[in-house]
Amino acid sequence: MRSLIARELRLASRQGSDTVAALVFFIICGTMFAFGAGPDPKLLAGLAPGVVWVAALLAALLPLEKLFGADFEDGTLDLLLLSGLPAYLVALAKSCAHWLTTGLPLLLIAAPLAIMLRMPSHVVPLLLIGLVPGTLIFSLVGTLTAALTLGARRGGVLMALITLPLMMPALIFGANAVMAPHPLAAFAFLGAILCLALPLAPLAAGAALRLAVE
Amino acid sequence: MPYQEKTWIKAADKFFFFSRLVACALACQYTAPVRRQFRMRRCKRRVVANLLTGEDISVFRGERLVLRGVALRVESGGALVLRGENGAGKSTLLRALAGLIPLATGRIAWNGTSAQADFPAHAARIAWLGHLDGIKPGLSVSEHVADPERLAVLGLERFANLPARFLSAGQKRRLALARVVSANRPLWLLDEPTTGLDTASVARFADVCATHRAAGGMIVTSTHMALDLPGAEVLAL
Repeated sequence: MRSLIARELRLASRQGSDTVAALVFFIICGTMFAFGAGPDPKLLAGLAPGVVWVAALLAALLPLEKLFGADFEDGTLDLLLLSGLPAYLVALAKSCAHWLTTGLPLLLIAAPLAIMLRMPSHVVPLLLIGLVPGTLIFSLVGTLTAALTLGARRGGVLMALITLPLMMPALIFGANAVMAPHPLAAFAFLGAILCLALPLAPLAAGAALRLAVE
Repeated sequence: MPYQEKTWIKAADKFFFFSRLVACALACQYTAPVRRQFRMRRCKRRVVANLLTGEDISVFRGERLVLRGVALRVESGGALVLRGENGAGKSTLLRALAGLIPLATGRIAWNGTSAQADFPAHAARIAWLGHLDGIKPGLSVSEHVADPERLAVLGLERFANLPARFLSAGQKRRLALARVVSANRPLWLLDEPTTGLDTASVARFADVCATHRAAGGMIVTSTHMALDLPGAEVLAL
């Protein structure tokens, strides 16, 4: 499984455009909100957590279509499933790779974007702490929907339509944690969602992969 | 006094002699299973006897029953060639043998135990070559198959550092075959392995297959061309 993740990372480093595209999309999306809402610092600071969260979720959607799509089209998916690993471990490895190539870079760049949106600097750590489980949950759920929509026509649109509603609970708790008087409660909920997604999403994604190669 | 001493020594000597006998007997008794296992392992290394059997295999593709009541049997060192017109179900049978498609009826067994029951264990016996090569254009040839000897077997050693996107279709096929060789699995499932290969590569492929079978490996392959697989059984679908 470790070799599978390493291989995915090597592929991503060769074709770095996917990660860069997600990051640039994230920045542009956040900036457009600032232009749309006007330069009022109070208004922007109020919007900032939600904007960063929504922009991060949308940006993380971009590489999902290729997560299994490329392997499905060139026959690698058969080889992955016949590698001797159970299908759920293949899915988990893909989730890890997605988080390392998309979630982690987004985390790194979220702080500058938040400060650009006039978020008070003392709550920026809270935003980042919330985004860690947030992006992890997104990678797990995204892997599931990418596996589910594999081989479907207009799979990319379908994927967004399934993934984004599933991310709403995480978004509610994560974005509210920044401004809430007791952020620990929201983090506990995010952790609970992560604990639920960590075993279930790869299992379901593995079953979906087995169906997709039939 | 000295006489008495001597009898004491004699008695002790006798006692130790007998106790040594008992100890040896016990040791033989208790190590027997371990030694048997060692003997068996040595035998196994010499003759790898595997058996793939399929009984009454039927498979649906969508609404259509593509395979009906197919039976097959491949032993160690054996080869099975699947023949039939386009759409006869050759690829379907290969995918079913790999466990990628569920069976409507029938049973696939490896050495008598059901292969469907434990998919990861069955997958670990298989080297797969589908009709797609599964070559990543972004990775180099040596990142697909690290062993230069295995690359040389299919004449790819010169391209080891070349990104796979610069390979021709036939070279990609050869790289996929090199990966099958380097997987070190007993059962090769090959779907039209010689598509796009030149004459020299087809000959190399025949050599590779012969080596694999001589080492006790099994090959199930579909093809429309004449393959050089001596003694291979043919299954017409």
